[in-house]
Amino acid sequence: MHDIPMTAMSTETPEKRALASADIESIRSICRDLGNDPARMMDILLQTQDRFRCISPRAMEVIAEATGLSRIAVEGVASFYAFFSETPKGQVTIRLCDDIVDRFAGLEEVVAAFEEALGIKVGETTADGAFSLEYTPCIGLCDQAPAAMINDLVLTRLTPARVQALVTDLQAGARLENVILDRFDERSPYERATRMVDSNIRHAGPVLLGPVPEDAGLEAAAETAPKQILRTLETSGLRGCGGAGFPTGRKWRIAAETEAEKRIVICNADEGEPGTFKDRVLLTERPHLVFEGMTIAARAIGASEGIIYLRGEYAYLRPLLEEVLADRRARGLLGSAIMGVEGFDFDIRLQLGAGAYICGEEGALISSCEGLPGEPKTRPPYPVTRGYKGFPTVVNNVETLCHVARILDQGAQWFSGMGTEGSHGTKLFSVSGDCLNPGIYELPYGLTVEELLQMVVATDAAAVLVGGPSGTMIARDTFHRRLTFDDLATGGAIVVFNGERNILEIVEYYMSFFVHESCGYCTPCRVGNVFLQKAIGKFRKGLANPADIDYLRDLSDTIIETSRCGLGMTSPNPILSTLENFPLVYSAMLKPSKDRIRATFDIQHAIDSARKLAKRRSHIYDKDFTK
Amino acid sequence: MSAFRFTIDGVEIAAEEGQTIMEAADEAGVYIPRLCDHEGLRHQGSCRVCTVKSDGRSVAACTQPAAPGLVVENESAHITKLRRDLVEMLFHEGNHLCPICEASGNCELQAMAYRLDMTEPTKFPYLEPCRAVDASHPDIALDTNRCIACGRCIRASLDVDGKGVFGYIGRGIHRRVSVNGDNLADTDAAITDFAISNEVCPVGCIIRKREGFATPIGEREFDKALIGQDIEAKRDD
Repeated sequence: MHDIPMTAMSTETPEKRALASADIESIRSICRDLGNDPARMMDILLQTQDRFRCISPRAMEVIAEATGLSRIAVEGVASFYAFFSETPKGQVTIRLCDDIVDRFAGLEEVVAAFEEALGIKVGETTADGAFSLEYTPCIGLCDQAPAAMINDLVLTRLTPARVQALVTDLQAGARLENVILDRFDERSPYERATRMVDSNIRHAGPVLLGPVPEDAGLEAAAETAPKQILRTLETSGLRGCGGAGFPTGRKWRIAAETEAEKRIVICNADEGEPGTFKDRVLLTERPHLVFEGMTIAARAIGASEGIIYLRGEYAYLRPLLEEVLADRRARGLLGSAIMGVEGFDFDIRLQLGAGAYICGEEGALISSCEGLPGEPKTRPPYPVTRGYKGFPTVVNNVETLCHVARILDQGAQWFSGMGTEGSHGTKLFSVSGDCLNPGIYELPYGLTVEELLQMVVATDAAAVLVGGPSGTMIARDTFHRRLTFDDLATGGAIVVFNGERNILEIVEYYMSFFVHESCGYCTPCRVGNVFLQKAIGKFRKGLANPADIDYLRDLSDTIIETSRCGLGMTSPNPILSTLENFPLVYSAMLKPSKDRIRATFDIQHAIDSARKLAKRRSHIYDKDFTK
Repeated sequence: MSAFRFTIDGVEIAAEEGQTIMEAADEAGVYIPRLCDHEGLRHQGSCRVCTVKSDGRSVAACTQPAAPGLVVENESAHITKLRRDLVEMLFHEGNHLCPICEASGNCELQAMAYRLDMTEPTKFPYLEPCRAVDASHPDIALDTNRCIACGRCIRASLDVDGKGVFGYIGRGIHRRVSVNGDNLADTDAAITDFAISNEVCPVGCIIRKREGFATPIGEREFDKALIGQDIEAKRDD
């Protein structure tokens, strides 16, 4: 499913067809509405893709001319993000989430149902241009898999029967919105979001998902000196909730103390780690708290501009978030003189992504906000001193910003009193996979995996992936380990696998994920991960020999040590942590050498191209030659 | 500008604030292997061949600022092994068949392999790309099957020639260098561009037509000296 079609690349000739003058004008007007600003390239491309279902080379030329860039610069961005396409996509584009959790939840039957109903295979578009069917990595709906994006909307808990009904309705000419949700237009954005997707809050804690008074934190912040806000955060012990765990107060202080004419606050709502969906729930259920936290950050560091970077997969939440932003502007909680405080000026724009896991990395996220391909930036300088457009920039995860607002309301002591030493407060865990109650759990840091498994009712758990594929896969013998920064650090993804799951299948999937999501900037991550994926494939096929274990370790070490950003520094983790915790899974697949031929040498594969050229079978190696 | 000192493999290096580890090393006549970096072009830090250990942390020497008292590990067995892995990755990512390549002997990838003792059959699988050669331009051809994605042509064209003939497209393993148009003839590339000069493309991807084998095999740059010896010749001890 995920083999890399190296040979199929770039052999098609570029589209030579000229654009109609109305189309040229339409693209120009998209650019004009965005100020012909190259930094708004993501929005220009998103709107062009929406209108034309593709971004053709001719369209790129028009965009380049309007924004003062070269066509290759536009093409560099358009070809980077998975949701942009050079060739036309269907009016209805179905993106099936092919995460391992979805596969174990019956994806195969759903795919078969779509393929049969539409008469196309995954990766194809119907001849009439009505439908496209493709795969996409984790869309943040693992708690209600199998799931799919359909244009900017989502469908969860897919079954073959639902697929059949959906396609029948659409083919009969029904409007997509109404097929997905009855009385779509009459409902509020919040109602639409929560009817399409369950929030699945299984355990509400005292900080984020329990009762939260509106804007109490911002009120406190407005009356507090910025320096005191920084001190409060430092005292609270709050650390970033996106996975890396950098102390929030320290990050803000560096930005605040860097001389600059302008400072920026960015909310990272690009959670893409497979198995993570906590920010989806916060954005749905606590959007005011997110923006409250951003506004407090703005006051603390003296920022005037804010951006919320929303992953393309969460486009269905955009109307809700835009509504909340408009409401906050109307109530004087955004704009100039916020809460009547002279000089407290701050506003937020929403930047939508377009299918790129790497944009969760803060440098890549800033690049994307600047209208560039989502490539991490060279560090130093760090974003806190030179970030978005060169200004000091604080990038915080959605959950972190929500915590900030609560800390300002309830105090640093209240927050640091929860959790453990070094891991203060509560954490949202997104639990999915083989358990009875998948969903969101807000719990203080310090719980053991075992305790969490009891809460989610995972009685036959054999392997637990803590922190997603870039985290750690642990086995039963270490379920006593604790969910803290010092033991099992996690951005919140917990994926449970029972004893019937094939560990190597899981590992192979995650490696294919990293291959798909590597930005390709640096050699080790771009190339090395492909080699790791191929090596795991050998194990899966039973073609590995004992030396391949060392090969996996050795190659992983090189990738980790030489990669430029966190993606490559963690991408070998699915392999390394399963080699460590599930060694028998690997050794069971090894083949000793015999007959002086390495068992790993696949003669059938080796002679295949010669066989095709000669148009006959091998007398020696084709066992069924007589047939 | 304040001056300070640090060490690379025990050798004292003089540096100034604002210099990268590699810049200071180059001036001092200590060679740090590199492929994507080229004198006169912006640093990119993408090939990672210049990886060094700086105070125990692995960093790219071409982009990492030098700092007073740094202890840098450059040509240790461990670092050389990492570099060999990276160079092997580049060999296996593209089609690098030295015996039939016009760049042989002038090729930095090949020369780096020799410098790093890449003398055995390698362990990685070949990805064998199959991209069409772009021979549309009257004076220049482009065989991106030999491209190592160093991006030197991109920076040379943009920053030195002021043109922007080249750029990266795609993501991950599909990321590659492409041109600003339907093909090279569709761009304003000229044989006189710095980006097209022999020194910019480290491999045999950018081909100057009608110049092949002007210098016979055996008399080429790296037939005479290891890569990096020009920098090492500057060392005054």
